[in-house]
Amino acid sequence: MITVSHLRKSYGSKEVLHDISFSVAKGEIFGIVGHSGAGKSTLLRCLNGLEPYQAGSVVVKGAEVGRLSGGDLRRLQKDLGMIFQNFNLMARKNVYDNVAFPLVLWGANAIHDRVMTLLDLVGLANKAKQRVTSLSGGQKQRVGIARALALNPEILLCDEATSALDPKTSSSILDLLADINKSLHLTIVMVTHQMEVVKRLCSSLLLLDGGQTVALGSTEDLFLHPTPAMQNFVSDEFTIIPGGVTIRLHFPRTIAKQSIITRMARTLDCDFSIVGGKLERYGDDVFGVLIITVPKENADRVQEYLDNNHIPYQILPSKENDA
Amino acid sequence: MPDFLTPLWTRFCDKFPEILEATLETLSMVCFSTLFSMLIGTLLAIWMIITNPIGLNPKPGVYRVLDFVVNLLRSFPFIILLIAIIPFTRFVVGTSIGSAAAIVPLTVAAAPLVARLIETCFLEVDRGVIEAARSFGASTWQIIVRVLLPEALPAIVLNVAVIAITLLGYSAMAGTVGGGGLGDLAVRYGYNRFQVDIMVYSVIILCIMVLCIQGICNFLYKVLR
Repeated sequence: MITVSHLRKSYGSKEVLHDISFSVAKGEIFGIVGHSGAGKSTLLRCLNGLEPYQAGSVVVKGAEVGRLSGGDLRRLQKDLGMIFQNFNLMARKNVYDNVAFPLVLWGANAIHDRVMTLLDLVGLANKAKQRVTSLSGGQKQRVGIARALALNPEILLCDEATSALDPKTSSSILDLLADINKSLHLTIVMVTHQMEVVKRLCSSLLLLDGGQTVALGSTEDLFLHPTPAMQNFVSDEFTIIPGGVTIRLHFPRTIAKQSIITRMARTLDCDFSIVGGKLERYGDDVFGVLIITVPKENADRVQEYLDNNHIPYQILPSKENDA
Repeated sequence: MPDFLTPLWTRFCDKFPEILEATLETLSMVCFSTLFSMLIGTLLAIWMIITNPIGLNPKPGVYRVLDFVVNLLRSFPFIILLIAIIPFTRFVVGTSIGSAAAIVPLTVAAAPLVARLIETCFLEVDRGVIEAARSFGASTWQIIVRVLLPEALPAIVLNVAVIAITLLGYSAMAGTVGGGGLGDLAVRYGYNRFQVDIMVYSVIILCIMVLCIQGICNFLYKVLR
């Protein structure tokens, strides 16, 4: 559906994207992740021709985006819906008119039915005649989604779609996006700096830093077996206790975590303290994460035990090493 | 009525037809020059927002020329412009005297100001909304007609008041060199013939016009917003 190879983009002499390559399959939810200024949004805008690029290729639905112009480019853009962090709705228009806008531009038929179907889909049918300025952030993003879907696109581009929303609203928007992905077989490319979003929705991801690819692969692999760059990005919020070795354990649903960890203590006859633990959602799956500290002298035996039992883990850098 | 007012009242009644005529002349000068300068200025502003380096289809070279011309025309003192373009005025309306002739220099003076003000209104439109329109394949003209103009409309309406009131002031100047209107009346009677009361009437009417223009535009702004 989307193939990007060796993409380079610069503003003047400053190169903002260096040699980016990835591809997105039909029906997939693909995440482009990174800190602010990493070039994520610029990369997204290269996909639908809002930003030109200098070298490499961006092929969307079989067409090289950089070579399209005028009507051809606009017809491609029609197939690529886009939603934005700040919603970008027309403040003077009501909900209905905002959603109808793309349809009016393209002279579509049966606009009224289409708009009402879309408003039903995003749960705003009863707000059709309200001014968008009177809506909450989550409702505005729902209008944005309805508008992006108006022209029946095959691909939906999301630029930090949930970054301006509170966690609960953000969560409902993510559910909506997941529903749309399944029910409409829509390919979604999400740009975000929120790891929660990626874990929850994306099947694969591209991690960008300073315009360079630092990680690319399936979300599960990258989170369970993180490369050092990835580890930097997903650093835990737990305070690591100095002294001893801190280990981050991952438990797929199939492993009963209670017994594993207590059995380990019994088998090895060693103590450990629990630093923290949580459940994380990766797509439809739930993983347990447990962070423990073991005394230095037992670290090797614990690692050996974990290796033998095929439990994914990482040793976290301790505070002493940092200092 | 107190005795001292009687002669004033008599003279007001006496001069009423002239005052009315001057009022209508001023109104027609202001209305037509506002209309024409809005049309020409808006077209210029559209051209500028397209070619602006941060515009819809940047053409920095073209923009620099437009920008320079607008600045140049705006830097002319109106009274000089009025005289300098007399040949052009003759060419357009066939004469350089009268209210109709005054509309030409008034329009020429106001159009660049309109262009600048409306360009600013366009620049104030949320860039994100424009980007959203582009993201679903709107053409440049669709963006101008369906996004920029409607979104900027309330701000444009407020600027119409600025333009119309500026033109009301200019029209008094145009009046003194043969354009007629209230400014001309005030100068002829009040200054040249020491009939201060007639000048006061003219000024009162001008004040009322300013208040009405601003009031109407403020009202429209509230409705449109």
